[in-house]
Amino acid sequence: MTHFDVASAAVEAALAAGARYADARVMHRRSESMSARNGEIEDLSQAEDAGVGVRALVGSSWGFFAVPDLGRDAARRAGERATAIARASASVPAPAVDLVEVEARTDSWASACEVDPLSVALSTKGDLLTAATAEAHKSGADIAEGIYQIWDTRKWFVSSQGHRIDQHIRESGAGISATVIGDGETQRRSYPSYRGQYGTRGWELVDELDLTAHAARIADEARALLTAPQCPAGETTLILGSEQMALQIHESVGHAIELDRILGWEAAFAGTSWLDLAKLNQLRYGSELMNITIDPTIPGALGSFGYDDEGTPAAPRYAVKDGIWVGTLAGRDSAAVAGLDYAGSVRADGWARLPMVRMTNVGLTPGPHSLEEMIASTADGVLMDFNRSWSIDDKRLNFQFGCEIGWEIKDGRLGRMLRNPTYTGIGPRFWGSMDMLGSETTAWGTPNCGKGQPGQIGHTGHPAAAARFQNVRVGVRG
Amino acid sequence: MSETDLAARVLKLVDAGVEAEVVVERAALSLTRFANSYIHQNVADETTTVRLRLHADGRTATASSTVLDGIEDFVRRTVASMRLAPLDPTWPGLTPPGGGPGTAESSSGGGSGWSGGEGFAGNLDEATAAAAPDERAARVRAFVEQAGGLEVAGYCRTSATRVVYLNSAGQHLLGGRTSAAMDGIARTATSDGLARLASTRLADIDGAVLGARAAAKARAGEDPVELPPGRYEVVLEPTAVADVLQMLAIYGFNAKMLQDRQSFLELGAAQFDPAVTIVEDATAPDSTALPFDVEGTPRQRVVLVDRGVSSAVVHDRRTAARGQAVSTGHAIAGGASFGAVPASLRLLAHDGPAPVEVDGPAADSGVAALVSGVERGLLVTDNHYTRVLDPRTLVVTGLTRNGVWLIEDGVVTRPVRNFRFTQSYPQALAPGAVLGVGPRAVELPGPWSESGTVAPALRLATWNYTGGASG
Repeated sequence: MTHFDVASAAVEAALAAGARYADARVMHRRSESMSARNGEIEDLSQAEDAGVGVRALVGSSWGFFAVPDLGRDAARRAGERATAIARASASVPAPAVDLVEVEARTDSWASACEVDPLSVALSTKGDLLTAATAEAHKSGADIAEGIYQIWDTRKWFVSSQGHRIDQHIRESGAGISATVIGDGETQRRSYPSYRGQYGTRGWELVDELDLTAHAARIADEARALLTAPQCPAGETTLILGSEQMALQIHESVGHAIELDRILGWEAAFAGTSWLDLAKLNQLRYGSELMNITIDPTIPGALGSFGYDDEGTPAAPRYAVKDGIWVGTLAGRDSAAVAGLDYAGSVRADGWARLPMVRMTNVGLTPGPHSLEEMIASTADGVLMDFNRSWSIDDKRLNFQFGCEIGWEIKDGRLGRMLRNPTYTGIGPRFWGSMDMLGSETTAWGTPNCGKGQPGQIGHTGHPAAAARFQNVRVGVRG
Repeated sequence: MSETDLAARVLKLVDAGVEAEVVVERAALSLTRFANSYIHQNVADETTTVRLRLHADGRTATASSTVLDGIEDFVRRTVASMRLAPLDPTWPGLTPPGGGPGTAESSSGGGSGWSGGEGFAGNLDEATAAAAPDERAARVRAFVEQAGGLEVAGYCRTSATRVVYLNSAGQHLLGGRTSAAMDGIARTATSDGLARLASTRLADIDGAVLGARAAAKARAGEDPVELPPGRYEVVLEPTAVADVLQMLAIYGFNAKMLQDRQSFLELGAAQFDPAVTIVEDATAPDSTALPFDVEGTPRQRVVLVDRGVSSAVVHDRRTAARGQAVSTGHAIAGGASFGAVPASLRLLAHDGPAPVEVDGPAADSGVAALVSGVERGLLVTDNHYTRVLDPRTLVVTGLTRNGVWLIEDGVVTRPVRNFRFTQSYPQALAPGAVLGVGPRAVELPGPWSESGTVAPALRLATWNYTGGASG
């Protein structure tokens, strides 16, 4: 019995029980992570899970049930349970719902992978983390930590409309950090960022990071931060490096353009959005330099796939064009409710979780400037990079970020290092003040995007470049 | 095959001479979610997971699997990984046999249903474990109806877990838990009102009561005004206090953070107001936590703050070995990097009249009594999206949510728009800063896990609001 047969059995059972639409995903996922600290391995964890998750639509009400058993009988029972749950949903019924049309395809897709990350010897991986963290510790970090994470996911998707799609997605990533403890505070520097760098690639991504080569530098910088002056408080010109820009995009654009949030489906937990569908294609989100794409086709980026978890093929589109809001992250049902004709941004964190609207790769298209030009044309300001903390309100408007490191800018030159740099603002006002945008982008991977109830962890990508903003409030402290 | 049989089978597959521990967890989670006043997501899953941790020749590997028909291969791969793993110099050894609830010697094991007769220790309610989708939907319907036409959103959740722990040193434990929670908001065009409650039993969750409370708060919060940021005296309702406790749990009372000098905590120091006593107690009859941790150590009741004095942290076996202490039973999966975390944290309520429902925005009469002592300040329902700027100072930024009101001369006078705050949580509870503790501690669900927090309302001398809704 193939995995497609299992998924088909679940769908058939759901239909037989009364569902008018059903889909099922069989998923098999292996993951591995290792962490090290001060030159010693701290943890090695490996996991394997497999199961089938079934979605059933009865009238206008959904039900979902998942089991780890991949036998035909268990799959059929899962289909029946999903339908029974949908019937319970109907006791507090939704308005009529449809699904936007998606061509029912039979296809296979796999992410590119040069070096299978699960085939690399554990000793090789361990040596990398111990060497990098030992070097950072030797160079002055009180706590030097390193981690890699790997996921190898296979999916088989079947829908009652005829989809039969299998995908094989391999994801890898790693990072190191150096923490120093001072009197009453800590300082941290990381490489390439605190979360590391992740992509839909093999172990070659980790090799390219060359973690050990950066270990001493981040330890030095963390130590230097302890005695650096505090980031001044006030309004100023702010230049953000591309890593911090990635999270700025993620939090203040990516989540805001999620259609489920816009429709109020996340109102009680993650929140809603400041965006009003009536203003789609008219609302100014930011300056004319602001062009944001939703693009799950970027090779190697963490939010890439061949098809989303509703069987919609990956395709790029604009979310913001020349500063105007023009697109959303949508699923088949949310798009239908909103009167849109596209979906393609629905994914689930494993077979046991309901597919929901998720970011894919949401990022900035490059601008015309270099970072050097931005600094040279700034008379008085602050440069910040490498995210340390993040917080944003339930409408995705009011944000406050902390970065690991900052530098003052005076008369077009970088000045002193600054510690505890923070900035705060309101989304459209902030994006509207962007007057310079870098030409070099990096597709940063965010492997820890939380959303939904029960909680799901999403993997998202964010092409980002350095950018300059005017009249930003910085230096917020407790 | 019972969980005990499965655990024994896995243990038998491991080579002699290898230290091995097996955790077999059977978990069922059902969650009915509503938005725009209808059920839009309704999910359930049932999963059995085997977790295996092995140690030999100085090397350790941890693996988990849900693929039970390939268990021999799973064990073989984990053993192979352990042989190739880098050295683990801080391996603390397996938990020795004996002690605590759920030991195999004191239980019958197996059995039908979720509690397995008398076999599984812990707070397991069969009716909650067996709750049907219709029971959750009925509570949602009641919430919707009691909101009186306001738009509502939220969830009703039930979950059941039972765990068998077995290791090659002879420790054998059986434990279980159930939890139920409902968390919802009612919405007007300009305000949200919140009601949130957790319990070990679904029977304790009344959708109608919660819907009415959420609606009352939403109506009382309509048309809020914007106030300037600054320092305000506050009354934090239990829902907001729970956020403070969760941050203290992760960054403060975690032995690893203390050992790494990343925690603000100084054991023996009077860091908190004498009105504050914080206890970790998974042994309490209302706890939704399992009675032992992933290392097979029964959870201990630990007084973390005793009348203002920081008195203890929670340990796993690694931090206990490093700190020459004993594990308190608070290891978490993957905790070698993160440390131990309280599972059922509670700030003790103060004596007072039993709270009753009141009109207006206050959650109950206990909260209203705290409000009555405030000359000028804010009544805050909830904290949102809180993140730590520095673990050592535990300065946190976040926002208010689901209702804020101005208090003048002991009376709630008008609703206020949300603030952003940047506040050291330990300083907010420092000596002299706690002006009142409510008479009822409420069990509340965690935002990301099913472990709850038990919190009363607090009246605090000052809270640093660093930004208004408009920036």
